[in-house]
Amino acid sequence: MNQTVFAPWDDPNATPLIRFQNVTKRFGEFTAIDDLTLDIYAQEFFALLGPSGCGKTTMMRMLAGFETVTEGRIELAGQDIGPVPPNERAVNMMFQSYALFPHLSVWENIAFGLRRDRKTKGEITARVEEMLKLVRLEKFAQRKPHQISGGQRQRVALARSLAKAPKLLLLDEPLGALDKKLRQDTQFELMDIQETTGTTFVIVTHDQEEAMTVASRVAVMDEGRIMQVATPAAIYEYPNSVYVADFIGDVNIIEGRASPSGDEEYKLDWTEGQAPVLAKSQATFSEGQEAHLAIRPEKIRISTEKPDDAVNAMQGKVLDIAYLGNLSTYHVELPGGQVIKAQTANTRRIARRDITWEDPVWISWSATAGVMLDQ
Amino acid sequence: MKRMSWFNVTSLTLGFAFLYLPMLVLIFYSFNASKLVTVWAGFSTRWYGELLQNEAFLDAAWVTLKVAVISSSIATVLGTMAAYVLVRGGRFLGRTLFSGMIYAPLVMPEVITGLSLLLLFIGIGLDRGVLTIVLAHTTFSMCYVSVVVSSRLVSFDRSLEEAALDLGSTPFEAFRLVTLPIIAPAVISGWLLAFTLSLDDLVIASFTAGPAATTLPIKIFSAVRLGVSPEINALSTIMILIVTVGVVTASLVSKRNALRAQNEVQAAERAAA
Repeated sequence: MNQTVFAPWDDPNATPLIRFQNVTKRFGEFTAIDDLTLDIYAQEFFALLGPSGCGKTTMMRMLAGFETVTEGRIELAGQDIGPVPPNERAVNMMFQSYALFPHLSVWENIAFGLRRDRKTKGEITARVEEMLKLVRLEKFAQRKPHQISGGQRQRVALARSLAKAPKLLLLDEPLGALDKKLRQDTQFELMDIQETTGTTFVIVTHDQEEAMTVASRVAVMDEGRIMQVATPAAIYEYPNSVYVADFIGDVNIIEGRASPSGDEEYKLDWTEGQAPVLAKSQATFSEGQEAHLAIRPEKIRISTEKPDDAVNAMQGKVLDIAYLGNLSTYHVELPGGQVIKAQTANTRRIARRDITWEDPVWISWSATAGVMLDQ
Repeated sequence: MKRMSWFNVTSLTLGFAFLYLPMLVLIFYSFNASKLVTVWAGFSTRWYGELLQNEAFLDAAWVTLKVAVISSSIATVLGTMAAYVLVRGGRFLGRTLFSGMIYAPLVMPEVITGLSLLLLFIGIGLDRGVLTIVLAHTTFSMCYVSVVVSSRLVSFDRSLEEAALDLGSTPFEAFRLVTLPIIAPAVISGWLLAFTLSLDDLVIASFTAGPAATTLPIKIFSAVRLGVSPEINALSTIMILIVTVGVVTASLVSKRNALRAQNEVQAAERAAA
């Protein structure tokens, strides 16, 4: 089978659907978006991820046309959309609160946008039926929004925003109001719908798991700036800064001074009286430069005996064990006082676990397990 | 059911007696056969018959109704517009001043409002009649409508309007198709408030009414100054009746709507389960 990987961002000839060019947005004295440049390609499922107040919602509202750009410009399909009012943009939005019209039935809600386009009755009926089928709500067409459940409301909101077949669909925390189980199911449903319709999705979320699950690329934001844009795997495995590493998932950060020790290999002196840590890195560090080594807990092995083959191994004491069912996270205190988290899959039953509190243990990892970061 | 204590029964009786005894006396004497108001001379509906013959009262009633309907309708449109701008217009220069000015007539003594309107009408040479009363009533009832509607708009989810815009409505369409239907109950109660205020206004109407048109409150007031007649009692009884029917109907309708909404929700929950 000849399957091409969907990665237009790696193709120099691809033209982006959306271009943010040096966009700045200020509310009075407060700078919400700071000189931001970003390209989003057609058919992407793009996630804007960040803590609340990082500017992700402002970016979305600028795309929808509810906020104006202070400086710079936003292009949609090659056209500057600054002067275009929201009702004339080929962009639709799914609101966090769903914003369903309470006085209209599910059917009327979905038909609302189509009616504004002066479509014929036949066209409207056909499209509404199609949308109801897409979100599996045919039986609820005549219900009012207050007569259906939260999950159904979420699907009505999605159907309504997709009905006009927009070039771009914006989703503002679309699953925030759903409980965890329903949220996971809905994430896959969203991905299916995105694939079936071929619409470009931009999703705003503060839930990193959600962003990792649904998105083709994730932009991690902080204080109006984009820290890193990459695929979920790249963001997780190769974060470009301590902020990103720390924001996505769990991470151990070891601070120290780097010294080159061979081909793309560095020694990190991190504490007195301990052997330096060995790590590979594509990025170059000069002798004595300050560096941070970020290692995911699941990349650290824990054992009762000293491993023979490990490049990096050190002894410590189990401080705490977090049992999560499928996984256990061990908090191991090193002689210097630093606590390192190590995670293992619980492939055996808990009764047969051979490591317990206060046990002396060995933790170890390979030279390629971590990422060296300069900031 | 818990039985009421003697204390509760007494409080209830006292309270209601205080509220309704005067009206009961009025209704009772409206069926008096005697011409003297306070001397009972047997049951009769004579005064109701005479009332219907009294052209002056009927004219005044017609004028009052016309004024109330027209002025409350205009006040509702203007008041809703003012409320919308003040709540939604964002921060423009002098916004606080404007909203203060909208509410000022609420606390302005009616005599002053009436007098200033009278001076204005004389100044621009407008003959006093139905038109001037309508204008005057619109002026003072508009701010009541504005207060009622803006309190609803404050709690209105702004994203509903944004969703309408997002789906391609013009700002006016968004207002007409989404905002207005949702705030309709507040707009209707604003209208009803303006209507009742106009119906029983005496002070402002007496400044702005002319010989060509008199409202019922003015008519009753001037008739009473010449002595209370059983006819007035009959007229008042009819007004009490109309108001009672109106209030009871309104509360029944809203109660039925609430019940129906509750049933719908229960039905939906049963269907979902």
